[in-house]
Amino acid sequence: MSTVQTSMPVQAAAAGEPSLWLRLRANRNWAALWFMLPAAAFLILFLAYPLGLGIWMSFTDERIGRGGVFIGLENYQWLWDDAIFWLSVFNTVLYTLVASVIKFAIGLYLALLLNRHMPFKAMIRSIVLIPFIVPTVLSAIAFWWIYDAQFSIISWSLIKLGLIEHNINFLGDSTWARASVIFANVWRGVPFVAITLLAGLQTVSPSLYEAATLDGATNWQRFRYITYPLLTPIIAVVMTFSVLFTFTDFQLIWALTRGGPVNATHLMATLSYQRGIISGRLGEGAAIATAMIPFLLAAIAISWFGMQRRKWQQGSNND
Amino acid sequence: MTDSALQTKAPAQAASDDSEGMSYLESLPRRLITLYLPLFIILVVLLFPFYWMVLTSIKPDEQLIDMDKFNPFWVVHPTFKHISKLLFETEYPRWLWNTMYVAVCATFLSIVASVLAAYAITRLRFKGADTVGVLIFFAYLVPPSILFIPLASVIQAYGLFDSPLSLILVYPTLLIPFSTWLLMGYFKTIPYELEECALIDGASRWQILVKIIVPLAIPGLISAFIFSFTLCWNEFIYALTFLQSTPNKTVPVAIVNEFVDGDIYKWGSLMAGALVGSLPLVILYAFFVEHYVSAMTGAVKE
Repeated sequence: MSTVQTSMPVQAAAAGEPSLWLRLRANRNWAALWFMLPAAAFLILFLAYPLGLGIWMSFTDERIGRGGVFIGLENYQWLWDDAIFWLSVFNTVLYTLVASVIKFAIGLYLALLLNRHMPFKAMIRSIVLIPFIVPTVLSAIAFWWIYDAQFSIISWSLIKLGLIEHNINFLGDSTWARASVIFANVWRGVPFVAITLLAGLQTVSPSLYEAATLDGATNWQRFRYITYPLLTPIIAVVMTFSVLFTFTDFQLIWALTRGGPVNATHLMATLSYQRGIISGRLGEGAAIATAMIPFLLAAIAISWFGMQRRKWQQGSNND
Repeated sequence: MTDSALQTKAPAQAASDDSEGMSYLESLPRRLITLYLPLFIILVVLLFPFYWMVLTSIKPDEQLIDMDKFNPFWVVHPTFKHISKLLFETEYPRWLWNTMYVAVCATFLSIVASVLAAYAITRLRFKGADTVGVLIFFAYLVPPSILFIPLASVIQAYGLFDSPLSLILVYPTLLIPFSTWLLMGYFKTIPYELEECALIDGASRWQILVKIIVPLAIPGLISAFIFSFTLCWNEFIYALTFLQSTPNKTVPVAIVNEFVDGDIYKWGSLMAGALVGSLPLVILYAFFVEHYVSAMTGAVKE
């Protein structure tokens, strides 16, 4: 096909045989331009342009309803001295780290369980994914009720079991609130990690395990020297996505705590919404959002190099 | 062609997937402890919030707040009061309609744009096609949380504030990168020969796309559609930022903002709202589990 379609050299066209219209019709780049146009229009107008605009806005003092003027690094200087901003950075890093590690551990464990032979396997696998299907906000509302200060079913059960004496104030106490939102995030993230890792596990040939067993490998050795190395590329991708979406999480926090109590669960995204949209200081909100970009780039770079190293070890240079 | 390819692949996969492997080496008690028990615990934790959601939405108010007289894990005289109140006394049907309308339109727009883009990247091999592919992948990694403030001012400038049209235009930025990436994978499995035959017979690029490529990529299109639809339904921060007036809101935003009135009896209708809002997606998912899983894993594997 490529031989049929090669675009004609300009000189030949200048000789005048095919008309401009025919040349354009045969030109692959010209056709591709039109095919790419709708997607490119959306992505440039509503993704690339706002991304640039956001960075520009972070250098202005724009507010809702009034344009801003360039004020240099003033927003960032202001944030640098703002204890609440640093608290939100700390919260975000803590939230991302703890939630991602737990999600990875439980997700991998669940994937290994689901990969084993058992009755109703297909059905169990589809049930596992349900928390991922249901909109985050709606399941967060269910968690809100489960964590209720007065009528929490967890407190009730623990009191009945005689383990505690008073209701736990899940969302009213800083430490409990952090633990609660992390748990809700892990609950929602585990199915995604488990099902994608399961897809990776299914590509590992069972004969490898059989061979290793014959050679006397233990369970741990089979996992460490067969499963883990073969799974590394997909782990890198899944965890990049997981870290990225946990780091920029907004809806779960907004539905459960709105950043409270005393900003203990404010993430950078929620703080940015509160300062930018609710208080109307768009410039400051944009500065907080922009401050997230270096962290995201670092997360992408780490997983990217993780994958590269893997490929280099396997000696494949295509793809 | 993809059908036959899938069919040849499917039995092999099924065989390896269902084969007993080395599991016969394990005794039943051992399997019970190492497999069924942990799996059972995880499943209970994963499903409990839904059980709780359903139970609360059909529980009469007095049972909700009196946990000593009634066992909270069960319901004695179930009632549909909360659900009927939700459907007939609030604007819930309107919100449900808004969500559906935005999700369908945005998904449709994105799929059309993605089919065209994926075809151009995989088959037209124009100058810089690889670069464009990588750029689209990076677009997938840009989170809404860093875009909503500048987008709010863009939307304001275009005069789309508080209109569902703003969401229909903005959601494709979340969906196009994902769908394009997924469809590129599907298009790559379609043999070139088919296209060459059509070219020799005088078909234009457009005819090839509509009459050969798209019909062969139907499974991929369904996957992309389901996944995009779910993403739209789930989206929160843009809807929260761009929509102001109550009747225009989508379900997730309305639930969080409109039902929270400090009333001690709010829980019944709140849970009913969450339940009714989740059901369409769960039903859709039940019908298309395979497509859904292939969409999710396909996009990650590529």
